[in-house]
Amino acid sequence: MTPSYLLIILLLISTVAYYLGKKRAFAVVKHQGGPKVLHSRPGYYGMLTALWCGVPAVLIYSIWLVFEPTFISDMILSNLPADIKALPDDRLTLVMNDIKNLVNGNILSGEISPVIRSASEHYKHLQFISHACLTVIVLILSIAGLLVVWKIIKPELRARNHVEQLLKLVLIACSTIAIFTTIGIVMSVLYEAIRFFKVIPITEFLFGLEWSPQMAIRSDQVGSSGAFGAIPVFMGTMLISAIAMSVAVPVGLMSAIYLSEYANKKFRAVAKPLLEILAGIPTVVYGFFAALVVAPAIRNTGASFGLDVSSESALAAGLVMGVMIIPFVSSLSDDVINAVPQSLRDGAYGLGSTKSETIKQVIFPAALPGIVGGVLLAVSRAIGETMIVVMAAGLSANLTLNPLKTVTTVTVQIVTLLVGDQEFDSPKTLAAFALGLMLFVTTLILNIIALVVVRKYREQYE
Amino acid sequence: MNNTSKSQRTMDIVQGGLAKRYQKEKRFKLYGLSAIFFSLLCLSLLFISIFSNGYTAFQQTFIEMEIAIDPEFIDKGNFAGSDYQGIIKASLRKEFPDVTGRKAKKRLYHLVSSGASYQLQDFVRDNFDKIGQTIRLWVPADDDVDMFIKGHIGRKGPEEDRRLKDDQISWIDSLVEQGRIKKKFNTTFFTAGDSREPELAGIWGAATGSFFTLLVTLALSFPIGVAAAVYLEEFAPTNRWTDLIEVNINNLAAVPSIVFGLLGLAVFLNFAGLPRSAPLVGGFVLTLMTLPTIIIASRASLKSVPPSIREAALGVGASKTQMVTHHVLPLAMPGMLTGTIIGMAQALGETAPLLMIGMVAFIVDIPGGFTDPSTVLPVQIYLWADSPERAFLERTSAAIMVLLVFLISMNAVAVILRKKFERRW
Repeated sequence: MTPSYLLIILLLISTVAYYLGKKRAFAVVKHQGGPKVLHSRPGYYGMLTALWCGVPAVLIYSIWLVFEPTFISDMILSNLPADIKALPDDRLTLVMNDIKNLVNGNILSGEISPVIRSASEHYKHLQFISHACLTVIVLILSIAGLLVVWKIIKPELRARNHVEQLLKLVLIACSTIAIFTTIGIVMSVLYEAIRFFKVIPITEFLFGLEWSPQMAIRSDQVGSSGAFGAIPVFMGTMLISAIAMSVAVPVGLMSAIYLSEYANKKFRAVAKPLLEILAGIPTVVYGFFAALVVAPAIRNTGASFGLDVSSESALAAGLVMGVMIIPFVSSLSDDVINAVPQSLRDGAYGLGSTKSETIKQVIFPAALPGIVGGVLLAVSRAIGETMIVVMAAGLSANLTLNPLKTVTTVTVQIVTLLVGDQEFDSPKTLAAFALGLMLFVTTLILNIIALVVVRKYREQYE
Repeated sequence: MNNTSKSQRTMDIVQGGLAKRYQKEKRFKLYGLSAIFFSLLCLSLLFISIFSNGYTAFQQTFIEMEIAIDPEFIDKGNFAGSDYQGIIKASLRKEFPDVTGRKAKKRLYHLVSSGASYQLQDFVRDNFDKIGQTIRLWVPADDDVDMFIKGHIGRKGPEEDRRLKDDQISWIDSLVEQGRIKKKFNTTFFTAGDSREPELAGIWGAATGSFFTLLVTLALSFPIGVAAAVYLEEFAPTNRWTDLIEVNINNLAAVPSIVFGLLGLAVFLNFAGLPRSAPLVGGFVLTLMTLPTIIIASRASLKSVPPSIREAALGVGASKTQMVTHHVLPLAMPGMLTGTIIGMAQALGETAPLLMIGMVAFIVDIPGGFTDPSTVLPVQIYLWADSPERAFLERTSAAIMVLLVFLISMNAVAVILRKKFERRW
């Protein structure tokens, strides 16, 4: 029986178990005064039966299927002839892949040797035995679960509490996924980054001034020696982010101030959703816009002033990124400005100040911590933004502060290093994870500072 | 006496500065207004440039050809292997008999898309009786001809720089005069997968990939997100552990999306050995990415259910779980759904993490399942935007328009849902 059918059968048995359990609950109390003497409502007895019937079986089922391929592969390996077993590890995995492909009926390139053919037959045989065992064990387990609960159903069985306990466990498991995600990110990025730092010293990575990750594959190849000094990449990221923030912060802040302090209800109702459209546009669209419209426009304008502007200038990517971040800054500052108590405004008006004076001298200072928090979040977003820079910024790592030149960023380098063919031993690929680590750590620090600042500020006025 | 003159002076100072202050006030207000108009200008510029580049892609130029289906070219035993290209070429030569020379002939063949032979193949398969006869068939024109007819590439400039040479333009002109070049609705764009030839490329493959990916994302992130939100909001005690979970969720919401791609590459592909380019893995990565959004929205929605509902349920003897599942959850559901739709819209537009897990390959076939190699709409846009052909430019814009239509309608549904079910307590 194939595993997927088995799963469907398990589900069916569990459904049947639900009705059996429910019926049993009714039957048990038939002569004792009906369902009202049951501790829980009859459905809970059914649910308990179904859970005991299904959950252990499904658990065994998934654990079995996770470990099955490894076990079978090991057994196949130990049965292979000695000359194949003596092969180096990477060749051995190739042989194993051939066998697995043959088992799955995929097309193999080249000729199939009889050894591999017999091994694949053996594999199929083992797989068949394993699936048969799995079927028997899982079915016995589910029926046993059903019978046990069936036996213990009594009016005083606290079925509801048991079911609710299990539900709570599931809820807890779901809420811990966020923690596991963070751990997963840290572990995966850190693990590969440490492998990278074993080849390239961390000081060279952090303080080196030259970045050219193309490594020679053979030692006799010309040219590319590979240099992994990440300073130019960091500088490029900072340059583009700085350009973006110099657009997004003034525009976003001013629009938030206008919307919350000056605009009448009608204008606000129209302008706010329109601004939010900007936030909903996918970044790949901004990237296309930057590469297609903004970059040529900037180059042509520059050329008419006699300036030599690169067609992948930092300015184009930065400007468009700034436009993307405007709604982010404006909605965060809008919240903060609205949280400033009305009494502060009234006080300032009472002293005779104009609206703009109130905003500049009372509201803005009062809202400053929250605004700073919002700006920090925006900076972390600018640093981590990928598609705009991939499409509109360049690949060559120039150490420059000239916005008209091409620079590259951390995210661009990660994408170019990891898209396409990769081998996981070369520093070139691992460098991407080292950059990813830097990116994660930087944004993490910015986020934590921002969250703390915003939270502190909220407490102040609540 | 002394007093009045002093107060007079203060008044004077205030009066004297007033005009300047009002000026400042006006200027400040203007700054605010111009900031908003700057953003709106950018927005409209974006939409206009994409629309003006893209709307022509919904039409495709077709050429009506007189094709003599010469039985000589058809291999009766092997229809798929017959030389349909040869038939098309022969028909073109017959159309313009005065074309001589290898290079000129090659230019002639270039007028018609390479997809024409497949169209002819389908035609012959369905009409065996037409073999040996001469038929008229509208076949797609090559992308250069298409661009020429749409006016994107002109006839000016030195010949060697132009995509279309003088003789090609004269052939096109003569076909136009005979009314045998027409623009029709571009169905290929909506039904085909990717292709190297712009006139044969479509978004259906990418759209199916997006659909499968989003299906996985929705099936995982909605139940998990709601469960996590319910636990944190209704059951969790306030202690260090739950505080840690909260900080984690808030932080994950702000982690750059590409980092999730790195996680997917290291964990799902390298460690767990799942297939590259599969919607399944894409769905996993996007689930992790959208979970914080959904959890945060769901918690806000749970928070807005007033405590009186909970107390009433507990008061009539419901258990805590019953109170949540029977009363609080149904009331909070519209808000959760809104949050989920917004999260899905985010996932639909996401590109960077999917590049990391190999969904960036050139894939012609329409994916048929969760483990078939596929790509998604935004990645398709990214791939096309990199292509040098002018015809891909308009197709990129058109694909963006399709993507934006999806996103806007998803957000509109979210807004309508919120409006319709929102309850003020």
